[in-house]
Amino acid sequence: MVEQERIQKQRVTRPTESAPEVNVDTSKGEQLKADLDDLLDEIDEVLEENAEEFVRNYVQKGGE
Amino acid sequence: MAIAKVLGIETEFGITGGPDQDPIIASSVIVNAYAQRGMTHINWDFEGETPGVDARGLAGLTAFAPIVETQLANTVLANGARLYVDHAHPEYSSPECRSPLEAVRFDVAGEEVLRRAQRFANESLDPAQAITIYKNNSDGKGNSYGCHENYLVARSVEFGDLVRALVPHFVSRQIVVGAGKVGVETDRPRATRPVYQVSQRAEFFEEVVGLETTLKRPIINTRDETHGDAERFRRLHVIIGDANLSQYATAVKLGATALLLAALEDQGLRGFPAAPRDPVRAVRAIAADPTLHTAVDCVDERSRTAWDFQDELWTLAERYVAEHGGDAVGDHNEVNFILDQWREMLDGVRDDPAAVADRVDWVAKQRIVQGYRDRYDLAEDDARLRAIDLQYHDLRPGRSLAARVGLRPLFDEDSVNAAIEEPPATTRAYFRGQCVKRFPEAIAAANWDSVVFDLGDGPLQRVPMPDPLRGTAALTAHLFETNSTAIDLLSALGG
Repeated sequence: MVEQERIQKQRVTRPTESAPEVNVDTSKGEQLKADLDDLLDEIDEVLEENAEEFVRNYVQKGGE
Repeated sequence: MAIAKVLGIETEFGITGGPDQDPIIASSVIVNAYAQRGMTHINWDFEGETPGVDARGLAGLTAFAPIVETQLANTVLANGARLYVDHAHPEYSSPECRSPLEAVRFDVAGEEVLRRAQRFANESLDPAQAITIYKNNSDGKGNSYGCHENYLVARSVEFGDLVRALVPHFVSRQIVVGAGKVGVETDRPRATRPVYQVSQRAEFFEEVVGLETTLKRPIINTRDETHGDAERFRRLHVIIGDANLSQYATAVKLGATALLLAALEDQGLRGFPAAPRDPVRAVRAIAADPTLHTAVDCVDERSRTAWDFQDELWTLAERYVAEHGGDAVGDHNEVNFILDQWREMLDGVRDDPAAVADRVDWVAKQRIVQGYRDRYDLAEDDARLRAIDLQYHDLRPGRSLAARVGLRPLFDEDSVNAAIEEPPATTRAYFRGQCVKRFPEAIAAANWDSVVFDLGDGPLQRVPMPDPLRGTAALTAHLFETNSTAIDLLSALGG
């Protein structure tokens, strides 16, 4: 189908902005997990210390 | 040929802190702080919004208001945007843009405007009163505030056809462009309370069509305030959307909707999927199911998942572009980019969420919420998970989680900064922004469809701008180059 051809063509020419693909699925999974672990470490550093109070005090008036 | 899909986004930001912890005062402090330090400060003109107000009566309010200004502040920025206090929130309304990507750039500029305003305000406030701003849509306690889109539509399109075409899209697009939410805020049986939802806003919608925005919110809003020539144009005001931190999500949200509107204008209802039998129930059920398995019964006796709706709508948009081109929405490359990203994000949320966690907000947020819960073996209602949700939307660079999850940017810092200082070139926002930038002292007020000049003696002079596609750089840049004063500009305009 013409449409499918066009889509495939677009995909081929799409700029490759993302990180290079890892070949094997398992190592890709491990990489994702390692990235998430680093991210969660960072979240631990910046997350509001008293989450309970922070969440309780976040009260907004309706808008629009 | 469909008319140009001029478009823009209005965002009400969440806000905490400020003197007396009063959100109205805090919002005014934010707007005034920016008015004093940013490139702005012309009063908003309420002509047409509150008839009877004399524009001259607003002319006395100029720069250097006290920092704790409790009057509801209203400003027009040099980029053609409006920054003001709406109810108890600071709101940034982007200037009118000619393409989805342009509108994304001006939306991101709005985030930076609020970030600067927050910094300016906090430099003058006691640290105990520091203000924090959030680009989100609910407080987790049942209070919601909006992120609205506006699209220029030909007046000749029947409103009923707009409803028929757009309900399936507005019910289902959340699986691609939803911002995600921990928990639930509206009454529902305990057994069906979701732990995580695809959308911030979906559960607040109670009607299919209506005029309200704060109570009984409708999926299709009927507000008919054109801010232009109402015989030729309609401004479609869309209130069912989440504020996105992902620039790709904002691009697809705007681009997909604009393409569907152009298709409706050029070829009618052909190809649009049938609507759900109960759209309100559908939009809430789809939000409450991040597995995306929920299917809803439609008026054509079929049952569709949100993915099915989006697949049909994407196919319709793709065929429309193949047959008609997408000029009403953007140039060839931009329209292909929108179609390509819409397709990829749609396939990704179903088949490989990890692959689109860099573009889909609800997937990016779910990844850290779930990851954090697993790491510490937390209960589903642990406050830390709600805190992660809120902090995803925090505009402070040191606290923002959206800034840390690896979202792909569309625009670099320079082009965002340029969108703070320069209006879009291809709509009437160009004329408004240039006037604010060059002749701030000669402008009494401005709004979407006019600029009012006060030249000191004689009556105020209003320059009307009923057509969003005029007042562009192509039509008026030479006037600004050859006329260095407001008086010269007005006489060149024949005023």
